Amino acid sequence: MKPTPLSIAAAVGIVATYIRAIYFTPFEAIQGPAQKIFYIHAPSAWVAFLAFGVVGFTSVLYLWLRDDRLDRVAESSAEVGLVFTTVVLITGPLWGKPIWGTYWTWDARLTLTLFLWFIFVAYIVLRGAVEDRSMRARYSAVLGILGALLVPFIHLSVYMFRTLHPKPILMKPDAPSLPPEMLTTVLLAFGTFTLLYVALLRARYRYAVERDGAHPEESYNAG
Amino acid sequence: MNTASWWPPVSSAVGDALLIAKKDLTIEFRSRSAFLSVLVFALLGIVIFYFAWDSTAVSAADLAPGVLWVIFTFSGLLGLHRSFGVEHEEGAIDGLLASPVSREAIFMGKAAANLVFVVAVQAIAIPAVSLFYGLPLGGIALPLAGIALLAAIGLVAVGTLFSAMAANTRLSELLLPMLSLPFFVPIVIPAAQATAKLLSGRPAIDALAWLKLLLAFDIVFVVACMLAYPFTLEE
Amino acid sequence: MNSKPVAVVEADSIARAFGARRAVDGVSLRVSSGETLAIFGPNGAGKTTLLRLLGGLIRPSGGSARIGGEKLPGGPEVRRQIGVISHRTLLYDALTARENVEFFARLYGVASPRDAAMRSLERMGIASRADAPVRSLSRGMKQRVSIARATVHNPNVVLADEPFTGLDASGARALSGLLEELRASGAALLIVTHNIEEGLSLATHAAIMHHGRIARSGDRASIVAADYADEYRELVAAGE
Repeated sequence: MKPTPLSIAAAVGIVATYIRAIYFTPFEAIQGPAQKIFYIHAPSAWVAFLAFGVVGFTSVLYLWLRDDRLDRVAESSAEVGLVFTTVVLITGPLWGKPIWGTYWTWDARLTLTLFLWFIFVAYIVLRGAVEDRSMRARYSAVLGILGALLVPFIHLSVYMFRTLHPKPILMKPDAPSLPPEMLTTVLLAFGTFTLLYVALLRARYRYAVERDGAHPEESYNAG
Repeated sequence: MNTASWWPPVSSAVGDALLIAKKDLTIEFRSRSAFLSVLVFALLGIVIFYFAWDSTAVSAADLAPGVLWVIFTFSGLLGLHRSFGVEHEEGAIDGLLASPVSREAIFMGKAAANLVFVVAVQAIAIPAVSLFYGLPLGGIALPLAGIALLAAIGLVAVGTLFSAMAANTRLSELLLPMLSLPFFVPIVIPAAQATAKLLSGRPAIDALAWLKLLLAFDIVFVVACMLAYPFTLEE
Repeated sequence: MNSKPVAVVEADSIARAFGARRAVDGVSLRVSSGETLAIFGPNGAGKTTLLRLLGGLIRPSGGSARIGGEKLPGGPEVRRQIGVISHRTLLYDALTARENVEFFARLYGVASPRDAAMRSLERMGIASRADAPVRSLSRGMKQRVSIARATVHNPNVVLADEPFTGLDASGARALSGLLEELRASGAALLIVTHNIEEGLSLATHAAIMHHGRIARSGDRASIVAADYADEYRELVAAGE
């Protein structure tokens, strides 16, 4: 992966965030040092859902406009998204064990993330199973859209089933419950992770362009 | 509203779908071996689950709803897999696509045939659960039939679409469960929860929230899958 | 017969690419009512793709095609006029010959589908096996059933891809008779075949296709079988 200004910025940002997170942000009163994982877990979750949304959105656009570039973005976002989703699913239990005493809880958000993981994997396996490029793009787009439609239903089902994720402490309109240093670190983490996502997406997209031997004027689609 | 303009295409689409459904069902039930295999698979599963649990720790009544709906999804998958295989054997799908039949009618016809198949399996599997798990289901028979039908519709909508896609790929046997199972979860959870509530003697109204979710799922996915189907065809 | 739309198959620089490969690369043709166009060409020339384009099964990536003046892929009314004979049988193995043909008769809205199916099977000399499941039939018999299936609705336009595949002498005679009957009553026929003699015996016009294009075409008067055979053999020998 060739260093680009963006990827360098992302890398620097991540390093800076973590130095701040570990040394310059206070410990959380109840959870102690383990809470620091939150600075990886939450931004990764944000990126996972962002990546999923990008897949869904580009899928709709692809079926409408039939532009191969949209298909490549979707493909790239799915793979990058899978990585971040995996990070969420690993850091979740690592955080959970010291805090809740158990590695896995079937709460609404973690379960939804698990389903995101399954859908990303299904998407990638589907792409691997179809050789014809135009069919692959169409099938992936169908799965991307149906997957996006599935998300609210999974969320509702599991939510109605039970929930015990820590209440959201960031998005209160009047005042966030986090002390200011923590809030800054968290926002910084979200920002740099988003930057990292974009950098990885672009790198993966460039790879897809080269792999397809893409001559800009030849598209997968006949017409 | 001028029905003369849209009624004929709709009614002919429905007629075509029924023709295709009838054709598929004739093929499936002529040999009967597919139906019997899926049925036996379901029954075996129900029996195995019974023995897999320690009946002193978990009562059969608590286990039954979960078992019923898990078996439902896996036996459903087995049945669905064959749905488009018959069209690819001798290329018959091209005959359908060249004919005046609309793509949506092809999808609805195949889904309808799958629905009959799944409901037929359920009609035997549900009494089997009642028998083996010692549950009197008579009292809740009607609401349970409703849940079963709603669950079957959702399963068949998604499963028919994915079996159309999987039939065109390598790894079709592996791909179908991989694609479908995440989508079956919002069917299984409401169905199992609603069944459990009904079994524990709660009034039917308690299960209503779950049924509404299931109904919403069905509406969204029947429409979405029917609209998506033409995109899975070669163009 | 109720008013038949004019049976005309027209293609105007029609093209179809699959990724970088141009399977059909600008073909123009016109087949009118009562004409039979025989298309010859080596494997990979694009003949099957051309027929799929004309049958509305795939979309062109360039140019256009029309049947009876309606642009392809058309709606149900256009497809109702077309009969497709493929080199695959397009049948359901588990159903009987009669059930297969009757199913398609109903799909095409044929009146008295049961009788029409029987007549169609009789025309292809396979009525004696009407109630046999298709999987029990030989390749040649399946082909007869497939042809019966494709023509049960008396199509205006017949697109036939290697229709003689698997047929024995009597089957080939039945097919030739059927095609000639359809042509005489005003249908337009396109036949893709490897068998130059058979193709030319039915054709009013002929064309050679190569690398997605029409390399040579002409009407009956200008067709000299030997020339065609020679040119065809040259192309095949060149092995491109």
